[in-house]
Order: sequence, then structure tokens, then C-alpha cells
Amino acid sequence: MQNPRVKLPEKAKVGEIIQVKTLISHVMETGQRKDADGKTIPRKIINAFSAKFAGQEVFSAELFPGISANPYLSFYFKVPGPGEFEFTWVEDGGARAVEKQKLNVV
Amino acid sequence: MKQTDTLPALNRRQLAVGAAAVATLSLLPVVPALAQDQPEAKAWEAMVKKILGEAKPTEGKVAIDMAEIAENGNTVPIALSVESPMTDKDYVKAIYIISTANPRPEVATFRFTPASGAAKAESRMRLIGTQDVIAIAELSDGKFLMGRRPVKVTVGGCGG
Repeated sequence: MQNPRVKLPEKAKVGEIIQVKTLISHVMETGQRKDADGKTIPRKIINAFSAKFAGQEVFSAELFPGISANPYLSFYFKVPGPGEFEFTWVEDGGARAVEKQKLNVV
Repeated sequence: MKQTDTLPALNRRQLAVGAAAVATLSLLPVVPALAQDQPEAKAWEAMVKKILGEAKPTEGKVAIDMAEIAENGNTVPIALSVESPMTDKDYVKAIYIISTANPRPEVATFRFTPASGAAKAESRMRLIGTQDVIAIAELSDGKFLMGRRPVKVTVGGCGG
């Protein structure tokens, strides 16, 4: 779980609906594959994602092995005013990646 | 071996003829043959039922934007959208993505809030082969909407 990336518009207006794009590097091991010795490779995926704005959750997702490696997630958000996003990705086993980004409201 | 394979099929065909045929078959293992005939409850159907409960979804109201032919099943872009005012009183709470052929039917659940502004989300999913992808939207008033999208897959992508 590396290199979380978030793309927000450079500028946003109050009341505007913006697209938020996120990406993170992760193999999303399904638990269905076998290694060279025929042993099942244990499942290891990012199973949850959440986006908070000014401390309040505005979007979340539960992910399963059917989501591709390096999961890309995009959603929309109606700008209430200036604030900071906090994005969290949670891996099987509980490890977390957190990325914060301010929204430039003009 | 071949004989035991074909026997139940024969029973089923004869069963369709009528009650008289059934009577003549009474010495044969009719009951096991019938049991085999019951359609197996598929995992994705169970999943849909679990989400909907007793509710009846309105069909065709969840737009699923995917390529008609996916060359690489490892990563197939999917975009979902539902028309909704997204107000505190009337908004889309969640959209569930369900695969009808992957080893596991659940793919992702997206949870929205009125702050979302639009009930739209995008991701990339795995498809083991040609199949229908289903999306169910759960509304704040307890109603459900559903969409279905057939996708042809050239090279499947679930690993294995």
C-alpha cells in the first residue's frame, strides 16, 4: 500500500460539484491465485476507503477482490466551503494509508 | 460410467411426458433425479437477495458505463450513475456492484451522502469472463434501483 495519489480541481467554487480522483499502488491479491508450488496465495486487498471533508465523512467504499490492482476510485462532492480532505485506505490486517489535501475554494 | 450419466437425463425427459410416464418410472430413482434438476442458487443471486430483502427494485435506473468488449479482464473501467437530487431528504445511500460470473459476486459498495452532490462513482474491476455486471442502488427512502450491463471479455482477469 504505497503512493496514495489524489487529484482535486485546482480551484472550486462554493456549491460546485467537483470530481475527486484517487489512486493507490496495491497488488489487490485475490486469494484465488496459486504460487509455483500450488499453494494458495493468501488474500491481501485494500478492503475499505473513506473520504472526509472538514472532519465529516462524505464518501466511503467497501472493496472486494473483484476490484483491480492499484485501485482507482473517483467520486463527486458538492463544495460547501473551504476545507481539507482526509482520505484513508485500509488493508486486510488493518494497515492504513492516509492522505490529506486542502481544497482551494475561490 | 456413460450409462449412469445419461440415465437421469432420460428420466427428466420422460417426466415431462406426463403422470402416466411418471407412474411407469416409479421403480427408478426419480426423486434424486428431480433434486438434481433444481436450479442451484447462484452466489450472485443470493447476494442480490441479501441486498434487496423483500424489496422490488426498479429496473434500468442505474447507469453502468463499461466497454462492450473488454480486452483485458484484469482492469475494466466502470462508471456508475443514478439520477438523484442528493438532498438530505432524497439521496442515494449506496451503490452495490455485483459480478454474475467471478469467483465472488461482490465487487464493491460505494456509500454516498447528501454532501456527494451527485450519485456517481468510477473504479476499475476484474472480470473473469464474459458476463453481466449488475448494480443496485439503495435510496434514502428504502427503495432500490437496478441496472445490468453485459460485457464481453477477451482475456479473463481473476488470476489463478
